[in-house]
Parts: sequence; C-alpha cells; structure tokens
Amino acid sequence: MPAREGTYGLLAEFDTPSDLVRAARQARQDGWRRLDCYTPYPVEEAAEAIGFHRNKVPLLTLIGGLMGLAAMFSLETWVSVLAYPLNIGGRPTYSWPAFIVPAYEWTILFAGLSAAFGMLALNRLPTLYHPLFNAPNFRNGATTDKFFLCLEALDPKFDLVETKNYLTSFQPVSVVEVEY
Amino acid sequence: MATSEVKTNNPGIDPATGEYRVIGPGQTFKSVTEKITRIVLTPHTPLGWFAFFGVAGAVATLLLTAVCWLFLVGVGIWGLSQPVAWGFAIINFVWWIGIGHAGTLISAILLLFKQGWRNSINRFAEAMTIFAVVCAGMFPLIHVGRPWLGYWLLPYPNTMDVWPQFRSPLLWDVFAVSTYATISVVFWYIGMVPDFGTMRDRAESKIAQYFYGLLSMGWRGSVRHWMRYETASLLLAGLATPLVLSVHTVISFDFAVAVLPGWHTTIFPPYFVAGAIYSGFAMVLTLAIPLRKFYHLEGLVTERHIDNMGKVMLATGFIVAYGYGMEVFMAWYSASHWEAFMMWNRMFGPMGWSYWVLVTCNLAIPLTTLWSRKLRTSIPFMFFISIVVNTGMWFERFVIVVTSLYRDFLPSSWGTYRATKWDYMIYVGTLGLFTALFLLFVRFLPMIPMSEIRMMLPGAKITPKATAKAGD
Repeated sequence: MPAREGTYGLLAEFDTPSDLVRAARQARQDGWRRLDCYTPYPVEEAAEAIGFHRNKVPLLTLIGGLMGLAAMFSLETWVSVLAYPLNIGGRPTYSWPAFIVPAYEWTILFAGLSAAFGMLALNRLPTLYHPLFNAPNFRNGATTDKFFLCLEALDPKFDLVETKNYLTSFQPVSVVEVEY
Repeated sequence: MATSEVKTNNPGIDPATGEYRVIGPGQTFKSVTEKITRIVLTPHTPLGWFAFFGVAGAVATLLLTAVCWLFLVGVGIWGLSQPVAWGFAIINFVWWIGIGHAGTLISAILLLFKQGWRNSINRFAEAMTIFAVVCAGMFPLIHVGRPWLGYWLLPYPNTMDVWPQFRSPLLWDVFAVSTYATISVVFWYIGMVPDFGTMRDRAESKIAQYFYGLLSMGWRGSVRHWMRYETASLLLAGLATPLVLSVHTVISFDFAVAVLPGWHTTIFPPYFVAGAIYSGFAMVLTLAIPLRKFYHLEGLVTERHIDNMGKVMLATGFIVAYGYGMEVFMAWYSASHWEAFMMWNRMFGPMGWSYWVLVTCNLAIPLTTLWSRKLRTSIPFMFFISIVVNTGMWFERFVIVVTSLYRDFLPSSWGTYRATKWDYMIYVGTLGLFTALFLLFVRFLPMIPMSEIRMMLPGAKITPKATAKAGD
C-alpha cells in the first residue's frame, strides 16, 4: 500500500462496550461501511454491529488439515511400499492401520498451524505501524479498558466536520482526528 | 454442596450460588490490567525471585553436568542393563509429558466446555505444558546414545538411502510429541498476542516497548481481528483436545504394543491419559499455590480454582484407580501364569515397596480426602496433596517400567534395577530447569490472560438495548 497522507479517520472513545455497540450499530445502519471497532477483549456484538459475521479461518484450517493428512499418509505408503520395504514380523508392507497414527498427528499439526498463521495473515499481522497508534488516547485505552469506534476517511460519506458532529451525537468521551 | 461448611460472611463466596467466586469482588478492567502488567513491567524484581531463580538455576546445572558426562561417556553411566533396559529416562519422559497434559486440558478442553474459571489459570498451565515437554523431550533424545544423530528419527531423503519404520510406536512418538510441542507453543503464543499489545502500550522503558511491540505483532484490538482470533483459538482448542488424548495414547503404545506381561494390555491408553491429567493438575496446584501467594493474586486465582482442580483430580484419580484394579483383575482373569506372576511380583516382590508407595500416594491419601470441600479449599492441604500425587504418579511409571521388566520369563535372566547418581542428577536437574524456565516466564510474560479475564468482569456485560435492532 502506498504511503498516504492526511486523515485516516475519526476516532470516538467510549467507556462501556454497550455504548460502543449502540454507536457502531447506528453508524452501520446510517450507511457507513469503512468503519471498525477497537476493544480490549473480543466483543462479538460489536463485530455483528459492523456487519462482520463470518471469517475464513475455519476453511483454511480444514484445507491445512487435509493437506497434512494426505502428505503424511502418502509419505508413509511410499516409504513402506516403494522406497524402503521392510519385513516386520511378516506384516504387509502396506500396513495402513499403523500409518494412521502419524497421519493423524500431521492432520492436527497442519490444521493448527493453518489456523494460527491463517488468522494472522487474514488480519494482516504482523503490522507494526498503524495510523491509529498516532491517536493520543488510543494506546492508553484500546488495550486496557476503553472502547473505540473509528469511521475511516476512505468511506464516501466521510467529511471531517460533519462526521465529527455525527460521532459527537453518540456522546462519546472524546472524538479525535487520526492522521497517517 | 453443603454451604454451611463455609462461612457465609466470607466476601470470596458468591451468595447467589454458595460457591467461591471465580474472580474476587471489586475487580475492574483497569485493576486487572494494572495488577498483571505490574508484575512484569516493574523495574524492581522482587528479591525472592532472584533467590528462587538462583536455587533453580543451581539445580539445573546438575542436569548440565550429568548430560555433559553422558555425552562424553555414553549411556553406560546410567543404571540400565538387562533385563531392565528402560529406566529413569523413560519414567521421567512419561512423567513429564503427563504433567504437561493438564495445561492443554485446561487451555483447550475446558475452553470447549465453556468453563470460564479456567481463564485465570490457563496461561501458566500452558506455560507449564511447554516447559514440561521441554524436559520430557530431552529424555528420549539423550537416551538414543548419540543424540547428535537424533535427526535420523525424521523421514528425510538421505545418502544412506534408509527410511524410518512407520510401524513402530517409537516412531509414532516422534510425530506425536513433536506435534504436541509445536501446537502447544503456537497456542500459547497466539493466546498471548493481545496481552503483548497491552504490555507494549503500558511499558515505560524503551527496551520493553520494543520487546513487547515486536511480540505483539502490532495487535490493535480491531473487532474483525478479534473475531478471527476467537475462531482460531477455538479451532486450536478443538485440535489440541484430540491431540492431547492421542499423545499419551501413543506413549502408552510404547508399552502396550510390546508382548510383555504388565505392558501388553488394552486399558493402557485411557489409563495413561487419566493418569497424565491427574499428575498434571497436581503440578498446576504445586505451581499456582506459591505463585498466587507470592504475587498476591488471590483475587484472580481464587479458592474456586483450587476447589475445581481438586474435583478434577478426584475424578481422574478414580479412573486411575480403576486402571490399577483392572490390571490386577486381568492378571487373575487371563489365567496366564506369566501375568499372575508379574502382578504378584509387582506387589510382593523385592521391588514391591514401590507399588505400595504408589497405592498410598495415588489412591489412599487423595481419594479419601478430596471428597471434603473443606479440605479442597484448604490451601496448605491442597499443596500437600499436589506433592503427594506428583510423587505417586512418578512411582506409577517406575512400577510400570521396572517391575514389569526385572523378573524376566526365565529365572536365569532375572535382574534388578538400581539408578546411579547420574540418573538422579538428570532427574533432579530437569526439576531445576523446569522451575527456572517457569520463573523466567512469570518474570517476563503476562502469566494471567488479561483479555480473557476482562471478558468475565461485570463491566463486560452488554445491555440488551445496545444490541436491539432499530424499530424494536
């Protein structure tokens, strides 16, 4: 993303999660689409309020798990049948019940890594810099005890003065302008 | 539950339920954050911490010394010989892995069951898992004799043109334990990312800001991130649950797949898993009780946690008791001479004392006393019980390994087992290493998950009006 200049958005601070959810719901209903909430712990109602219902982490996990399963089971089969066949107590080289255990472990390994790294990738993390960190009150509250609603400048409805008044109508603790 | 047993004017008890509160009264978002971050971000490390760390570090050097000598001389310095070719190394391996399992149980299985009380203890239980796996993983590695060739365990194309043998439980172990270690670390780290964000924002020194800033990966608490994060946590929990059950199952296969009286039994997988959880909860108590006292965390790790852990130990203790009973029953019911002799010898042979230590520590003391709520919420008693069960579970593995091996089928090949000083040094050394790692953890990382505690505070309640749709 090219470096941007100017305003990233307007950030309203709330004391309680209920105030945040109420404001976010209203903003979404009033047609805002480029908006986000920032909370010190997961607030499912806030995600619902801004219309974020589903995510792709489960799908990635499923794909990862199936890949792990297929990879280990085929490796075991190839090694035991073709690459290095060994006679172990007269058992068939393709002794699939014994192959289940490592294949099972790799299903979990790949699925777990896909869930963790997939989540980070979808969240675009690590991102050590973000314009919100410029807001004077953000770092003090967003990871401790305050609840934030940010209406972003990329939204076509955004207008510095009007939006500020709009946010003030929700009676937040403060509304600040966030710069890139 | 008889509420009359406890004083009703105790502020730690919720009058609505008569149970101890999960979180002490009067905690807010700010006070919880303050309390947990201050332990880490304080410029003044308590002197007691240095004292403990010094002792643990000194004990860990025993491990270092013994392992150096082992690498120079070889496994001959251990008390292994025929017929007892598996001694302390495998006992300690199983014991440590078992301890780790309670951490995963608390962080994963109790999360799936929506047991909110687990939130306070899950982070350090998970840390305990990782450090226990570190100690456990060392034993098979140093046992192979030439640990620098340990990578031969992995399937990789090599110039020798050989491949591992996938029908052996020992190779299954490699995959089970390595997956377990990886998933535990990932689960633990992902769980800490939001808390690292809090630490970054509250750190005052530049070094701490950079350190936690990097670890937090720029976490900013966007609800979109939170929702994906919650999904990923839930999925990891859902994956860790079958994983933790499979790990000790696979470890029990190391024994159960062998055709040996005392090992060759189908009850081993569930009985090993229950034993693992039993000893793991004991270790969580051993760590939590001094920790909450030392760092004044009584408001976050309350009597409720101690009580609930006592209940879990009671339940798993009875599963273990069933396992012991079944072993004796099958020795008789199988009508196999060798099985019956093994069991008689296990109880009354020259090493029979170890069986009775195990029965005393795992059954007689805990399973009679843990019924009482008064004792379950008595902190000194629970600390005592935790040590007793840890000891008992170590002896369980000792009994399984040694008493099944030392009286072979032919009396001419009977032998005995005597651990050498190197065996003891390595075992005691891992206790030191474990404690030292744990002390580093409580000093540098948030030991209680702040974001999860915040969710349980009264301030986190959303009024129904806020979520109501327009027009309602």
